[in-house]
Amino acid sequence: MIYLRLFIEFFKTGLFSVGGGMATIPFLQDMSQATGWFTSAQLADMIAVAESTPGPLGVNTATYVGFTAGMEAHGMLGGIFGAVVATLGLVTPSIIVIIVIAYFLDKFRKSRYVDGAFYGLRPASVGLIGAAGVGIVLMSVFQIDTIFEFANAHLEIKHLLLAVVILVLTNWVPKVKKLHPIYFILLSAVAGAIFQF
Amino acid sequence: MSEYLQLFFTFAKIGVMTFGGGYAMLPILQREVCESKKWADDSEIMDYYAIGQCTPGIIAVNVATFIGNKQKGISGGIVATLGMVFPSLVIITVIAAVLHNFMDIVWIGHAFAGIRVCVCVFILNAVLKLWKSAVVDAWTFVVFALVFVGSIFMDLSPVLYVIVAGIVGIALSMLGVRKEKPEKGATKAGEASGSGEATKAGGTTDESDKLKKDGGMGK
Repeated sequence: MIYLRLFIEFFKTGLFSVGGGMATIPFLQDMSQATGWFTSAQLADMIAVAESTPGPLGVNTATYVGFTAGMEAHGMLGGIFGAVVATLGLVTPSIIVIIVIAYFLDKFRKSRYVDGAFYGLRPASVGLIGAAGVGIVLMSVFQIDTIFEFANAHLEIKHLLLAVVILVLTNWVPKVKKLHPIYFILLSAVAGAIFQF
Repeated sequence: MSEYLQLFFTFAKIGVMTFGGGYAMLPILQREVCESKKWADDSEIMDYYAIGQCTPGIIAVNVATFIGNKQKGISGGIVATLGMVFPSLVIITVIAAVLHNFMDIVWIGHAFAGIRVCVCVFILNAVLKLWKSAVVDAWTFVVFALVFVGSIFMDLSPVLYVIVAGIVGIALSMLGVRKEKPEKGATKAGEASGSGEATKAGGTTDESDKLKKDGGMGK
């Protein structure tokens, strides 16, 4: 039953993703490969929509993935149900973990074990997000699915150029870099439509 | 209005007004929760943030659970969280349903191909931001490199990496090979604005540095 599996998959994502929105992406990529509910390209689209709409990035992405998976299985109503189930799955571990921690707040904060665990977890989380990013680069810039297909990579200058422009705008142009992500997404959409990406 | 309803609608309001989540919502949270409702003070919010950042799950959801739980116990935590995710559910479901019907149009396909390139850069930017607080010495670099290369070339669940990295982190700290020693009784996040060893140490403290930069993971 797809809804039970959705709940479990997102429960897992909520329990093991450390560090907010982008940290869920490696789990979603893993989910896409394991379940076939959505493709890597769809995932990138969903991240873009989640960045452009109100609400926490991680929650928005979960809702979207749940909708897509449910919709594939049972149409519009299935999509709505899938969105609810995925979102609840994502937040359930948070609720449990935080309520437990709230009872011994000071101990948690001062624990050497917790501190030690996060000393290892933080760089691992960066590595996971980075690798997920590489996957999305391979798909959207080089038009291949995994690194093992690199011989078939098909790099178009216009993709690379757009990436460089966005990178410069979001990091090194004063004032512009502070703009909301939605502006960069719109710019990319217009570039994509005009130059036929 | 009962306190449960207030919790639900306050966090729904925060959810609607937050783009991107994480640290972007801190000012709104302070206005609604501290100033308007007086459910917590500024230093409590900072603590919740610091802990929400280094516990599993979405930071915004973790903070909502904390405050709800403080007001009304477990059921309060649940109601606040449901309020937080409610706007996302409605907005995303509507957009997803609408977009689904447009995806076949050729130029929309091209537009989304452009957007995907933009998402690559967003992820790269998130990695660069997180790097500063995560990769602090040679050991953390090794952890990063192994996980990064490992998950590009091997098809393993990220769960595995997370568990192993947590254990390795504890082991390294216990063995004392860590360059930046965890300060005993880490400084409270709210007061950790000063400099010095304790601020840089780890855990809850270096999060306050990031608060100032108004960036961070949640973006």
